[in-house]
Amino acid sequence: MIQKVLVANRGEIARRVFATCRALGIATVAVHSDADADAPFVRDADAAVRLPGNAPGETYLRGDLVIAAAQASGADAIHPGYGFLSENADFAAAVRDAGLVWIGPDPEAIEAMGSKVRSKELMAAAGGPVAGMLEPEAMTTSDLPLVVKASSGGGGRGMRVVRDLDALPAAMEQAAAEAGSAFGDTTVFVEHYLEHARHIEVQVMADSHGTCWVLGDRDCSLQRRHQKVVEEAPAPGLSDATRTALHDAARSLVKQVGYTGAGTVEFLVEERDEHGQSVEERDEQSALISFLEMNTRLQVEHPVTEAVTGLDLVALQIAVAEGRALQEVAGMSEPPAPRGHAIEVRLYAEDAADDFSPQTGTVRSFDLPGSVARFTGPSAYGLRLDSGVEAGSEVGIHYDAMLAKVIAYGPDRASAIRTLRGALGRTRLHGVTTNLDLLHGILGAPEFAAGKLSTLLLEERIDDWSAPRADASAIADYATAAALAAAVAAAESAPVLSRIPAGFRNVASQPHTASYVVRGEEVSVAYASVVGRLTPQAADSDDDAVVPVASVVTADRVVLERDGVARAYAVARDGASIDVDGPAGPLDLTVVPRFTDPADQVVAGSLLAPMPGSVISVGVEQGQAVSQGDVVVVLEAMKMQHTITAPTDGVVTELAVSAGSQVESGAVLAVIEGTDEGETA
Amino acid sequence: MTTTAADAAPTTGDGPPSDRTVPTNREAMLEKIADLAEQHAKALAGGGQRYIDRHHARGKLLARERIELLLDEGAPFLELSTLAAWGTDFPVGGSIVTGIGVVEGVECMIIANDPTVKGGSSNPLTVKKGLRAAQIAAENRLPTINLVESGGADLPTQKDIFIPGGATFRNITRSSAARVPTVALVFGNSTAGGAYVPGMSDYVVMVKEGAKVFLGGPPLVKMATGEESDDESLGGAEMHARTSGLADYLAVDEYDAIRLGRQIVRRLNWRKQGPSAAASYAEPAFDVDELLDLVPSDLKVPFDPREVIARIVDGAPEGGSGFDEFKPLYGSSLVTGFASVHGFPIGILANAQGVLFSEEAQKATQFIQLANQTDTPLLFLHNTTGYMVGAEYEQGGIIKHGAQMINAVSNSTVPHISVVIGASYGAGHYGMSGRAYDPRFMFSWPNAKSAVMGPAQLAGVISIVARGAAEAKGQPYDEDGDKQMRAFIEKQIEEQSLAYFTSGLLYDDGVIDPRDTRTVLGICLSAIATAPVEGARGYGVFRL
Repeated sequence: MIQKVLVANRGEIARRVFATCRALGIATVAVHSDADADAPFVRDADAAVRLPGNAPGETYLRGDLVIAAAQASGADAIHPGYGFLSENADFAAAVRDAGLVWIGPDPEAIEAMGSKVRSKELMAAAGGPVAGMLEPEAMTTSDLPLVVKASSGGGGRGMRVVRDLDALPAAMEQAAAEAGSAFGDTTVFVEHYLEHARHIEVQVMADSHGTCWVLGDRDCSLQRRHQKVVEEAPAPGLSDATRTALHDAARSLVKQVGYTGAGTVEFLVEERDEHGQSVEERDEQSALISFLEMNTRLQVEHPVTEAVTGLDLVALQIAVAEGRALQEVAGMSEPPAPRGHAIEVRLYAEDAADDFSPQTGTVRSFDLPGSVARFTGPSAYGLRLDSGVEAGSEVGIHYDAMLAKVIAYGPDRASAIRTLRGALGRTRLHGVTTNLDLLHGILGAPEFAAGKLSTLLLEERIDDWSAPRADASAIADYATAAALAAAVAAAESAPVLSRIPAGFRNVASQPHTASYVVRGEEVSVAYASVVGRLTPQAADSDDDAVVPVASVVTADRVVLERDGVARAYAVARDGASIDVDGPAGPLDLTVVPRFTDPADQVVAGSLLAPMPGSVISVGVEQGQAVSQGDVVVVLEAMKMQHTITAPTDGVVTELAVSAGSQVESGAVLAVIEGTDEGETA
Repeated sequence: MTTTAADAAPTTGDGPPSDRTVPTNREAMLEKIADLAEQHAKALAGGGQRYIDRHHARGKLLARERIELLLDEGAPFLELSTLAAWGTDFPVGGSIVTGIGVVEGVECMIIANDPTVKGGSSNPLTVKKGLRAAQIAAENRLPTINLVESGGADLPTQKDIFIPGGATFRNITRSSAARVPTVALVFGNSTAGGAYVPGMSDYVVMVKEGAKVFLGGPPLVKMATGEESDDESLGGAEMHARTSGLADYLAVDEYDAIRLGRQIVRRLNWRKQGPSAAASYAEPAFDVDELLDLVPSDLKVPFDPREVIARIVDGAPEGGSGFDEFKPLYGSSLVTGFASVHGFPIGILANAQGVLFSEEAQKATQFIQLANQTDTPLLFLHNTTGYMVGAEYEQGGIIKHGAQMINAVSNSTVPHISVVIGASYGAGHYGMSGRAYDPRFMFSWPNAKSAVMGPAQLAGVISIVARGAAEAKGQPYDEDGDKQMRAFIEKQIEEQSLAYFTSGLLYDDGVIDPRDTRTVLGICLSAIATAPVEGARGYGVFRL
């Protein structure tokens, strides 16, 4: 039996695998890059091995280092998680060659499924639904739209949608070039493009004794840029016939390949009418199913399957790797039928309003209030959180922007939606811009509630769904709460008069004001101390907006009343950051300082005269490249010569003086813009 | 005191709730508070909207805007003498703003010229108000921050400014000699005599292209020596920062000057020398808001000062009023006892029935000595019509006993704070540590009146004396004229005894909303605790 598992991965999936290992009594080893040295998953493990550097190519993709780490730490098995080395057949083989247990399918299965062309052939051989690979030359306008795909592609790379026949050759060239540089394989093929299709996948688990369990299906249609955002199990609204067809195809493929371990067989499913046109109504007779690919690993979205089946898929993966039989380990002869409904959302550090650009920063707080299971379960209807980050975690540029997954499990889909939306509504997350509001918006959308899903839906509705929960008026209330709490906190922490009412004025000449930057915009609020009570005021005397009534004001909690309804705001401060959690979710505010030191306003890289004097000589010209230590200016002051040298390598972008110039103390002599040091690192 | 916080009615006495909560008391007081706000608004208006707009258009900040920027976030500011010059020919406020505020955790006296009032020039009330602020700073060891922008003396009234105003500069350097730092932030004109404000200060910040500090401007220099010059070369901030050395810091703008002022205070290494407040204490057992109900609209109706005290002092740890009454059964027209306010111990003397008899005077004398014995500051709550008159009382030695009280008040060295919560008439004003007895701080409620006696009594006395004089001369007395005379005098005395009027003459440090009393006292006691607190020494306490 396996005694010690090294997880060749990071973030939430490493923590997830460790959790099951701990439950089974298996010791754990983490590997980590330099950037991840203090990450929660490293602390979760019993032992950790550093992989020097940060780029995945230097660290988590270095199979040789990972195997060496396993040997150094005494691990007897490696779990690859998802991504990184999880679908690398050579790595799987190397693990086995090193005498370690590979918790995953055989390298041959990985290799076969790694090629879309090859896997389609195998699926066809197994009798499954495979969209025909088309002859590009034979296409007519009636075949449109078409899609060009790379055989080794994934995540949308090497893929092109074609709506105009003339564009097909160019699309194929581009896709081939992209696939060549991304995957080292220029093979591309052409298929009919299923525009209104849903992404539906089937979870399988097979042991080495010939048992293959189909553990239900999942709908993962809501995607942005071909990345899944919302996943649920079971896939809603599937006819029995379609579901059976999907499950049968998946089982057949597993048998065909002789697959073992956990895997996912992915399909596109589109309902069509008798004319071949897609329809919104589900028509079990005409569902068009098209096999996409098989993922030979644990999926990100496996928790929804765990919720509805009650199984621990990682525990089963380990058992299968140990050569045990599924029935024996699970204590049942047949796989459990899915019960209830589970939905998962992926919390990404990204700005939905800025084309999903990845965001970085330090997580100042992350809290999902209420009873929440972590990494396994939930054992009853409720919530589960699989998070790679916690308060204090750095979200950097090196890795995937997914912070956490939140899973809700309920007796039915509507209950699960309500539970999950409620949890997201209460989530406190500060320090990094995330898609929390988007997720909340999706779960509140009528189309989503109705189950009208397609892979294009999210991108079509993104503008509506990603609208921030806090509008301008709500932001003003958040800022008011922040200002009132800050005043009390400042008063209470003062060395004198700490219990005098905050901001007291016996003669009030003007309201107190505070300004914050929220989502890049400056917001100003005003308040007064009226007979010892902090009272919100209109920020602008011309502004006729009604201000709320503050009924409770403490350093960390403010209650504002509007129209007789009281709403609480929790306020936390960290330097210039003020984190407020209120009725519209978490909001990060940055204090606009009252004063700016003029010294801070000097252009970075400016060389300043240390004292008044005259310039004897200038050693550089504008635009000249200089090295650290090069003489820039020689200054004579107080009969002494002062040599001003370049502090770093760079280029002289500004030269403000010439020989003979008289300069004042603090005057800018020159500006040297440093060359980017990052490139040499 | 046996009352507990559980009592719902706003009463602390043992008796049944009386008609103290009659709404008319509240309405009358709220009306007076609203009127007070209107009077304050006159000071806040400075030189009027036109001058405020012009000042802003020049990119300059108002005096109170500068102060608000200077203060710590969430910190209180106790503005003093806001109604200075009320009832005089000069603009209300005295073209200067003074007050105690917290800068970088240090309680400071802040003095700011209001440049919208005649360019911030000083009139006689400006000088008086500034000197009062300097006195408070000196007595309580408060570092002073001057926010300077003044056109100098208001020349038409120079006779009342020039000679007494010299103390302004003397006070700055005496403060420095007493190791209490002074800081001048110069925003604009600070010329002639005014140049000595930065001149005498320990730290000087000047605003670039704003500050003008010279003894004589270009015209005067031209007259005196024939030299052609300009403002910048004579007294610009750059010149003073780089050439004369009068400026220690050159600020790029007004905000920067205030930032530098805060930076200076941050490095003063300031330590308070007086007692510390208790680390924890209870808020008052009774709602401060109920003070509005307590004071009868007619000053002639007495009210129980224990009700006021219970809403001002810290609550007892076990609940109920934290006021421990001393000698409650003796001299019941004056309430004495110990309590604490915002954690600072304090002895309280409060008039209960207006008149002070011999017993009250002796009780007060003994109590003041006790407070001095234990270095406990004293709070006087004035509501007195003075010492009792009449043959019985004169023969009983009321003068001797009143003199004992005034003697004790005069020679008491613990800090005093006086608050006029009702009437303060006659020698009672003296015995209760009125202005002339140098309380560290003195405030009035809007209903307060201070005079030698009540307006009706004063008019009546004059009438009786006049009638007597007429009778002595055998002349008929003009009854109609007497009636008019009495009405006139009554009206005049009524006006002149109003809190606004006495405040206008700097006879107190401000008129306050009764509900702010506890907070104001807390700020004052903390300011007082910046200097050592030590009672008078000598004899033991006389049992009188």
